[in-house]
Amino acid sequence: MSDLTTKTLIDMRDALATGAVTAEAAVQACLGRVAATEPRIDALLSVQAEAALARARELDAAGPAPDKPLWGVPVIVKDVLCAKGAPTTCGSRILENFVPPFDATAVARLKDAGAIILAKANMDEFAMGSSTENSAYKVTKNPWDLSRVPGGSSGGSGAAVAACQCFATLGTDTGGSIRLPAAFCGCVGLKPSYGRVSRFGMVAYGSSLDQIGPLARTVADAAQVLSVIAGHDPRDSTSVDAPAPDYMAALKGLSGLKGLRIGLPREYWGEGVEPEILRACRTAIDAAVDAGATVVDVSLPHTRYAIATYYIVAMAEASSNLARFDGVRYGHRNRQAAELLDMYKRSRTEGFGDEVQRRIIIGTYVLSSGYYDAYYKKAAQVRRLIRQDFLDAYATCDVICGPTCPVPAFPIGGVVDDPLKMYLMDIFTISLNLAGLPGMSLPVGLGADSGLPVGLQIFGQSFKEDALLAAAHGLEALTPALPEPAGLA
Amino acid sequence: MTMTADDVARIAHLARLELTPEKAALFAPQLDQVLAYMDTLGQVDTSAVEPLYSPVEHAALTRPDEARREYSRDEVLANAPETDGQFFIVPKIV
Amino acid sequence: MAEYEAVIGLEVHAQLTTNTKLFCACPTRFGDGPNENVCPVCAGMPGVLPVMNDRALEYACKMAMAIDATINLTSIFARKNYFYPDLPKGYQISQYEQPLCEHGRVEIETAAGTKTVGVTRIHMEEDAGKNIHSSTENKSFVDLNRCGVPLIEIVSEPDMRSSEEAVAYLKELRSILVYLGVCDGNMEEGSFRCDANVSVRRKGDKNFGTRAEIKNVNSFRNVQRAIDYEIGRHIDCIEDGEAIVQETRLFDANKGVTQSMRGKEEAHDYRYFPDPDLVPVRVEPSWIERWRGELPELPAAKRERFIAKYGLPEYDAGVLTAEREVADYFEAAVGVHPEPKKIANWIMSELMRELNECGESIRGCRLRPEGLAKLVRIIDSGAISGKIGKQIFGDLFRSGEDPEAYIAAKGLAQISDAGALDAVVDEVLAACPGEVARYKAGEKKLTGFFVGQIMQKTKGQANPKLVGELLAAKLG
Repeated sequence: MSDLTTKTLIDMRDALATGAVTAEAAVQACLGRVAATEPRIDALLSVQAEAALARARELDAAGPAPDKPLWGVPVIVKDVLCAKGAPTTCGSRILENFVPPFDATAVARLKDAGAIILAKANMDEFAMGSSTENSAYKVTKNPWDLSRVPGGSSGGSGAAVAACQCFATLGTDTGGSIRLPAAFCGCVGLKPSYGRVSRFGMVAYGSSLDQIGPLARTVADAAQVLSVIAGHDPRDSTSVDAPAPDYMAALKGLSGLKGLRIGLPREYWGEGVEPEILRACRTAIDAAVDAGATVVDVSLPHTRYAIATYYIVAMAEASSNLARFDGVRYGHRNRQAAELLDMYKRSRTEGFGDEVQRRIIIGTYVLSSGYYDAYYKKAAQVRRLIRQDFLDAYATCDVICGPTCPVPAFPIGGVVDDPLKMYLMDIFTISLNLAGLPGMSLPVGLGADSGLPVGLQIFGQSFKEDALLAAAHGLEALTPALPEPAGLA
Repeated sequence: MTMTADDVARIAHLARLELTPEKAALFAPQLDQVLAYMDTLGQVDTSAVEPLYSPVEHAALTRPDEARREYSRDEVLANAPETDGQFFIVPKIV
Repeated sequence: MAEYEAVIGLEVHAQLTTNTKLFCACPTRFGDGPNENVCPVCAGMPGVLPVMNDRALEYACKMAMAIDATINLTSIFARKNYFYPDLPKGYQISQYEQPLCEHGRVEIETAAGTKTVGVTRIHMEEDAGKNIHSSTENKSFVDLNRCGVPLIEIVSEPDMRSSEEAVAYLKELRSILVYLGVCDGNMEEGSFRCDANVSVRRKGDKNFGTRAEIKNVNSFRNVQRAIDYEIGRHIDCIEDGEAIVQETRLFDANKGVTQSMRGKEEAHDYRYFPDPDLVPVRVEPSWIERWRGELPELPAAKRERFIAKYGLPEYDAGVLTAEREVADYFEAAVGVHPEPKKIANWIMSELMRELNECGESIRGCRLRPEGLAKLVRIIDSGAISGKIGKQIFGDLFRSGEDPEAYIAAKGLAQISDAGALDAVVDEVLAACPGEVARYKAGEKKLTGFFVGQIMQKTKGQANPKLVGELLAAKLG
């Protein structure tokens, strides 16, 4: 039975499609795995076991559908995504009992493709964090070392995939929140170009930065999920009205590496990165070169301003996006308040954790009268320069590579009391969201000193996820497969 | 920019948050540190640069003016902390 | 008073008559039960996103064209952030920098002649819901049906100098909106709202005085009263050496005064920024040309045409074109019976009076233009007198009956048979020898008496002209 859960998504999908495995068996296997691992990793906020089984039985009764590429495949989605009829808490007390009457578009597309939503994954509250320690409900443990964080904010999604609780998860990425957990948990994570996947139903954090994307165990798995969720949505004005190419076909093409020009930004490969990380990433690049790729030295000179830029933009947008949590129409309301202003203040103060409150305050401040030009407008100007850095670099290379994070998964409690230090974890991931470009994190081995997974980032060009996936697929073939996560042995 | 306790209180009020003096005292230096970090943007010459507020490059999406009723009132009110089945109910403003 | 000058600017919020809200497909229909026209988007649920209604854009642009405003081919939606229960997202999607339209103008008629009032800008925004305060409990009830309905905000330059000018501007603006079919202009129901900014300065002073904003005026008459009161208040303050506070005030219609909202209102920091969920609004020049071709004849042009084509005096033209439906009614009636001045009179006096009495609009009126035109034609032909026409008007108005049929059924045809009338005149004169004698002695005014008697005997149906001729002939 446990063999089923270690399959890749593609293999599982194929087994289901031929009838070798029933949907119900797939769901039961995953639920069993959830039961076995949850006490140790706490990746999930809610499990929709009955609904999943009922859905599986429905699907089995109708039989496999060849036009549904995820028929019968159990998946888990981050609790920031609305799933109709299921609790959606965003890791926050302020939405403790919120049950949306609609599905996020990405979730609806998974369902339409035959996937079965098994559970909602833990996350940093409102996607604000890099370790999942900011969840109001529980701290997720890294399956590779239960005393360490899984990364954030999609930590539950990363841990669930690494622990084989399901075959893929949906996470969201605003400043690295898919890629960092993917790196820390040793799996593949993909952030699409801004506008590639509909944001409708994703509870907004940084609206001009947010994207939904897959975490999975292989590049092909991620490509399959992306092909289901990508595409124009008339309910999202920022979603691009261009058809998504066939990502699976892109993988079948010639090796993604021959003739591939890989840009290495000097700002990502220098000081401040743990030696074991540099070494593992360099080894992967060398293997790519052996397979026919070339390396190009590039520079992304505004990298050092990226974090400040990101946080101004993200916090400003977040402060406005979170204003709707006021206890009037849904979510937590303080019942003792006898008067409206009091009700607002107490409900929001009780409902939001410290990190969220900090970001709301900073965001409100940078937008407030007198500060807009100095902060928000200024950040938007620097944002254009950061984007231009990438566009300039792509004149001489096809993809850009660098470590996902300067350090491997850090100990739980080790960084969380130092907000600024936590923000600096995002140094390599953040620019991509500002530029709106696509990128992935790929596991390239275990660190020689820590024994923890190391992630290599690959950045692609605007709406060229097919080329990105092809390159990643090529690299994946050259890197050693990871063993089972040590923390669950 | 240095954030004083008064600044924190004023901004918290704008954001409808209530900070205890302890919390304000905890936050103020943290916020200060973050804001000081943000001030580094002052080093960048942006005199001729158009702000990029969003990566989107396409023109506005619009929809036709056709009415659709997809949600019942019950669905809309289902998560309301207080309702009489017709309205959302809140305490009055004083 | 003569040494002071009032400076008035007006902000109008007009609800657009689109089928759906500005950013979601909920119906904008009025009168449905609370929260029946609400969806996750306009209820501000987590994760929802706005998508703009293309007809709202069209309507806003048409208004811009009607007042000669420039349409910005690119404009930006911005978030206006504040907390209130009728504002689900905690921000209103509006426009701040780079609005849709700028620099328009409206011509108004004043006692001193035509005046141009500038319009600074028109922008699009979404309406808020309704917050109903309980009078018995410590509760407010929130209805989001109206939340998200498209509005255009029209901001005038501070060009007006009196409450009369302000009202003239509002009436013309409203008339244009209704003519375009983009707004139903109902002040009482709130589809046409006005805030006034008033300040006072000494005549000749180039600087503006401190201004106060007056909200909550829901009729033209109240706008006039509120502005007049406020001007007086400012002058009193200046004369008393008191500073005028820049603030928002409410007009109390019962007391006829404005009252400070101080203590209730706090300075808002709206923290405007471009809405990242919406992309810049782009208007194609080809759309503008298409829409321009669809503009109806506007009030000012129609007024001019009525004066030129129908030979109507300015006043009549003004009254008839105040409502497009009245103008259409008039033209339909004139099409049946080409006597514009007479038709105008009947509409302005009898028809308007009946409509006002029963509070109905001309659209639902049972007496159609053809019917009214027929009535006038019948009177002109002499079949009945104008007086009788007025007497029966009410019945025709309520029933919408064909006037010919009605007159025939009631036997109201005017008596124009000279022979028959002759006999009646003789009868009356014979019965009043005293009055006849007094008339012949010089009391010519007694004509009226004789006419009255004759009318009584004929139940008002005697042809007055003939009666006059017969009397003159017999009395000398």
